[in-house]
Order: sequence, then C-alpha cells, then structure tokens
Amino acid sequence: MVADPFVIETADLRKNYDGVEAVRGLSLEVSAASIYGFLGRNGAGKTTTIKILLGMARPTSGHARVFGLAADAPEASVEIRRRTGFVSEDKDLYDYMTVQDIIRFTAAFYPRWRGDLEQRYLRTFELPAARKVKTLSRGMRTKLALLLALCRGADLLVLDEPTSGLDPAMTEEVLQALVSHVAGEELTVFFSSHQIAEVDQIADRVTIIDRGRAVVTGALDDLRENYRRVQLVFDGDAPEPAFRAPGIVRVRRDGRVLSVLSSAGAEQILDEARALSPVSVNIVPVTLKEIFLETVTVED
Amino acid sequence: MLFRPNSSLGVPIYLQLMEQVKHAIETGALRPGEQLPGIRPLAEELVINPNTVAKAYRELEHEDVIELRHGAGAFVSGNARAKKLTDRLRAGQAIVAAAVERLHARGVTDDEIRRLFEAELAGLTRTGGHGG
Repeated sequence: MVADPFVIETADLRKNYDGVEAVRGLSLEVSAASIYGFLGRNGAGKTTTIKILLGMARPTSGHARVFGLAADAPEASVEIRRRTGFVSEDKDLYDYMTVQDIIRFTAAFYPRWRGDLEQRYLRTFELPAARKVKTLSRGMRTKLALLLALCRGADLLVLDEPTSGLDPAMTEEVLQALVSHVAGEELTVFFSSHQIAEVDQIADRVTIIDRGRAVVTGALDDLRENYRRVQLVFDGDAPEPAFRAPGIVRVRRDGRVLSVLSSAGAEQILDEARALSPVSVNIVPVTLKEIFLETVTVED
Repeated sequence: MLFRPNSSLGVPIYLQLMEQVKHAIETGALRPGEQLPGIRPLAEELVINPNTVAKAYRELEHEDVIELRHGAGAFVSGNARAKKLTDRLRAGQAIVAAAVERLHARGVTDDEIRRLFEAELAGLTRTGGHGG
C-alpha cells in the first residue's frame, strides 16, 4: 500500500440532509504533524464534515479519506476510529461514572493507552478522580474529554469546537495542553472552531468553510504574508478600475476612497494603481479576523 | 518574557519570533553562546504552534544567528557573522529609534508609523502621487 501524503483528504465532498446542502463540494488536504484549524460560522458544515470523516455520516457524493482509507467503508471506518481521538462538540461522556471509572473504562479499549500522559493530564487539568462525571463543570468536562482523547495514543485528534463554552483562562489552558501535546508526540490535530483568535494562535494551516465550501485555505504564515489591503484616495470620486492583478478578493468604492483586498500581496495592484494617479496610497496588513469577515457570508 | 509574538498583527509569527530573537541579541539580553529556550517549552509558554518555533529556529540557523546542536538545543551563534549583523543592526536601530522619536513628537501613532514603514518599503513614495 502506498502511504498517503495526507492524513485527511476530501475531494468535492457533498452532503445533503432532507434537501439541505450542508457540505457543498469541500476539498481538504491535511498533512501529518500539523495543527489544522477548520474555521467557520455556526452551521457552516463543520460538524457534518467531521461526522463524515469518522464514518458517522455518509457523503452524498465525493470522497473522504482518513489515513488513506475511505471513510464511508465500514471496515475502514473502524480502523480510522481506532487510530483517532475524537472530542465531540457536546463532549458526550458516561455521566454516571466517576472520573477515575471513565478513565479505566476507556483505557481498556486502547492497547496503546498512555498511563504517563494520564497521570500528567490528571495533574495539570486538576481533575477530581472520585467525582461523578455528571457533577463536573463544563470546563472540567472538556478537559476530561480531552484527556481521554490525548491518552489513547492516537495518530490523529479530531476536535469539534473544543473550547466552546469555556472562559478565556480555561480556553488558554486547553490550547496550551494541545500545543504541548503536539510538541511531544507525533500526531496531527484537526480542530473546528468559530473562534478566530484561537485558530490564529495555534494552527499552522487553516481552512475557512462557509456554507459547505472552503473559501480560504492556506498556511497561516502565508496568509499573514500575502493578504494586504491597499487603500487609494483620489481627488474626486474613486474610479471603477478593472484590476488585472491576481488574488483580488474584494474591491470597495466609497466616495474618494478605493479599498482593495488582495490575497497575493500589494505590488501588482500598486503597479496598476499608479496609472490611476491617486493622491495617497496606504498598504495595511490584514488579520485572519478580517479575512474571515470578508470571505464568509453574513446572513440577510 | 523575552519574546512575545502577536498573532493579530498580520505578520507571520515565525518572522516576529525571528526578529525578537535578533533584537534580544542586539540589546544584549541574549549573548553569544547562550542557550535559547527549547522548542517545546517556548511553544507552551507562548501558546503557539511548536512547528512555528521550529521554523523560526531553522531560519535563524540558516542566517547564522543561532546554532542548533542536536539533542542539546539552540544557542546564540558566537561567530563573526553574527557580530557583524549585530553591528549593522545596531546602527540601523539608532536611525529607526531617532525617526520614531521624531514621529512620536509630531503625534504620529505607533500604528501609523507601522503603516508608513510598510508603505515606504513597498516603494510607495515613488508612485508620484502627491496631494493638492
């Protein structure tokens, strides 16, 4: 078998639920040993995509492969789930068990269970071993779900909104655990989020999904290096130029001001802009937040 | 904390980290032969991707600013090129410091100064676009 270069790969993936297109032609390529951020608004298709990857939903068309295995083939799906630690958005856990019980219960399923990590995360997460799961706070629950996923010796971690409902301090703690875990182990993390700041902080690559489609994909460093806003001010009303420069995401005219958002740097736009004789020119770096807000659809 | 990259600046984190390491050497906060924090502790402390720290260190090694000794970690380079770089940068820093001070005196904000520098580096002053 030829080793797949990507841990997760989807091509033209589609999923319809009762006539609603949740995923509409999504293509993803997630390389090994990366932290991959899957960023989108609520309802953008993140959870549906994750369910398909883990064999919990069948794609309507297109394909999804994890570790090179077809995610919709039942046998492959068992193998995929054996090698993947998954934390769902609602952090479903057995409520009637104690923290210690659920750890022992889960560990029994995984021959590669890491007792050393279990001890470490019990300490750093300050999880009360004797407490019943149902009495845990939201933050504690998340940490416990994360512990169970981190300790099973998985090659891939799939986290659906891992920090939703957590306060900033708890969020930082969870992100720190992820960063530290990735630094110490060989594994790939694929996490969905609608929190731009946390994706910005820890991901090395990102896909922004909007209405079931990838609207931006790339290494965060490349996005930071290549996205620029060029602001041109004119003596009179701004012209309506047809820029030929590649990578133009959006052009806005507002009175004397022309604002051009580019995904390919400012230089070629500047070459063209000079011919328009603007009275002033400004280049501003663009943050992930601005890229997100410029590329996702705002309802109504 | 010596290093503090900001993910919302629109500048790649590894570049910020590289600049901050160079700056620490420049100011003497880090001296030739001294050890830099390990990739994992630094990633944990800054809560950033360890690959980003590794990339910054690799690039710094490529520029001869630091040495990566296998198994031992990253050390500030003690060779002549690092010193020369430091001298060159020290002269540049003095010019920038003076310029920033004068800009501040005229009420230009940090953010505006950043934009002016970026516009200058992009060659915008050669557009011929003059007001009035």
